[in-house]
Amino acid sequence: MSAYNQTVASITFRAVLGRRRALLFAIPALVLIGTAAVLRLTHPADPAWPTRILGSFGFSVVLPLTALIIGTSVLGAEIEDGSIIHVLATPVRRRAVILTKYVVAVATTVVFACVPELLAGIIATGGLTRFAVGLFVGALAGAVIYNALFVSLSAATTRALAVGLLYVLLWEGVLANFTGGARVLSIGHYALAMAVAVAPGSGIDPGISLAAACVLGAVVTVAALVLAIRKLSAFSLRADAA
Amino acid sequence: MTGIELRGVSRWYGNVVAVNDITMTVGPGVTGLLGPNGAGKSTLLHMVAGFLQPSRGQVTLGGEPAWRNPGLYRKAGIVTERESAYPFLTGREFVRAAACLHELADPVAATRRAIGLVDMVGPMDRRIATYSKGMRQRIRVAAALVHDPEVLLLDEPFNGMDPRQRLHMMDLLGRLGGQGRTILFSSHILEEVEQLSGTIQVMVAGRLAASGDFRAIRRLMTSRPHVFLVRSGDDRRLGAALIGRPAVSGVELTRGGLQVSASDYGAFAAEIARLTRDEGIRLRELLPADESLESVFSYLVSS
Repeated sequence: MSAYNQTVASITFRAVLGRRRALLFAIPALVLIGTAAVLRLTHPADPAWPTRILGSFGFSVVLPLTALIIGTSVLGAEIEDGSIIHVLATPVRRRAVILTKYVVAVATTVVFACVPELLAGIIATGGLTRFAVGLFVGALAGAVIYNALFVSLSAATTRALAVGLLYVLLWEGVLANFTGGARVLSIGHYALAMAVAVAPGSGIDPGISLAAACVLGAVVTVAALVLAIRKLSAFSLRADAA
Repeated sequence: MTGIELRGVSRWYGNVVAVNDITMTVGPGVTGLLGPNGAGKSTLLHMVAGFLQPSRGQVTLGGEPAWRNPGLYRKAGIVTERESAYPFLTGREFVRAAACLHELADPVAATRRAIGLVDMVGPMDRRIATYSKGMRQRIRVAAALVHDPEVLLLDEPFNGMDPRQRLHMMDLLGRLGGQGRTILFSSHILEEVEQLSGTIQVMVAGRLAASGDFRAIRRLMTSRPHVFLVRSGDDRRLGAALIGRPAVSGVELTRGGLQVSASDYGAFAAEIARLTRDEGIRLRELLPADESLESVFSYLVSS
């Protein structure tokens, strides 16, 4: 079975979760849950606050940024310090390395972004409502697609974190919200479209149809992973200056 | 047994040529790749290891291409110069992971054997983050040996090792080479390469400068003309006198003094003492001008 490698998975999980870095991606999630809890307790007059908090903050900030930190760390650190050689100097298929790390990234993102999104949704709407489930589904889709992009960026450039941040903050954060055209290439909007499909009437407008979101999401995911496998197959060591 | 073959291999980065048209064959036994820093040794090793694509030429190991060939690693092990290894794993876990990645039938036994070979049994259950540089180097060698490869490539393997560890590693590599494996390692220290290799390949500025056993290389290096910088009371007169002597092969008047090339420096030393006395010239300074390793290597390139 050359798509998943248990040894690579174990090492990647330990690298991602071991260390204080795990706390880094827990913080946005905790803030999300905390804010939802506080707002619920204080009952603000604005009835649309669940939408605002979970839609805007959850989908635009927590989800992509958590996926960015996780997605770039499953491969990026090892490429940068050269320890990826210990995996690559073996007969393990490059495809298995990429896909395994990708799976670890998605699983970790589900725990640190999707589940908190669900919990915040439950708190905000008072139970396992359609709205909460819809957001969870959308977040899952986001985890799948975002991580494909970020793992791919890690394989393609050493500046994956910076490029990813530019994408999330500038492209998705600013452009996509103001230009209809940019939404077609915004993973956040694909995720939102899927959330809205499960929970219509929540007042969120994803700006793109479900069909388009599914197709584009699938295309982006597959293309990103294929690119990542290609890049890793041609991985090159640069000699140090010495 | 597996050999390494390079045919017309070059590698450049834009305008910089790191490896320049190298053709060589590396057979069983220990071969040392010697050269100053920046000579292109690491670049060459990376290409042999399949982790860098040559700009031109072919690199093969046992007849198989090195580039984009993961199957190659069943019979080759690599120890790179950068000392990275997963700090959160213990030494044993690290080698065991390598054994599993190589799909070995009995990873536990292979791990034990490899760790024993590099004499790291004591610290093997401590995390790599707690290891010294030399220990990390040794555990990486263990991981490269765990699948019993026919070919072993090491980039500056003795970096960071104390004399005892270095002796131990040399002994290990010597034994492995004696078993018929093909071992290629790089170093910029002549003594390391001398003690260990059967064959030495000398690289300077990307080119293969010399090739042979250590005695031949030593001879090449000591028979080169020596250059001295002489300052005296009357450089021109001294220069004119010196060029008449057989031990002297060249004389040049420069702003800093008299540059003298001597093909036989022992004779030259005696000559200059006698000449300056006989001619009544005061000798102020006599300095060797080219004792650096780089100049030795450059000489080898031009010869």
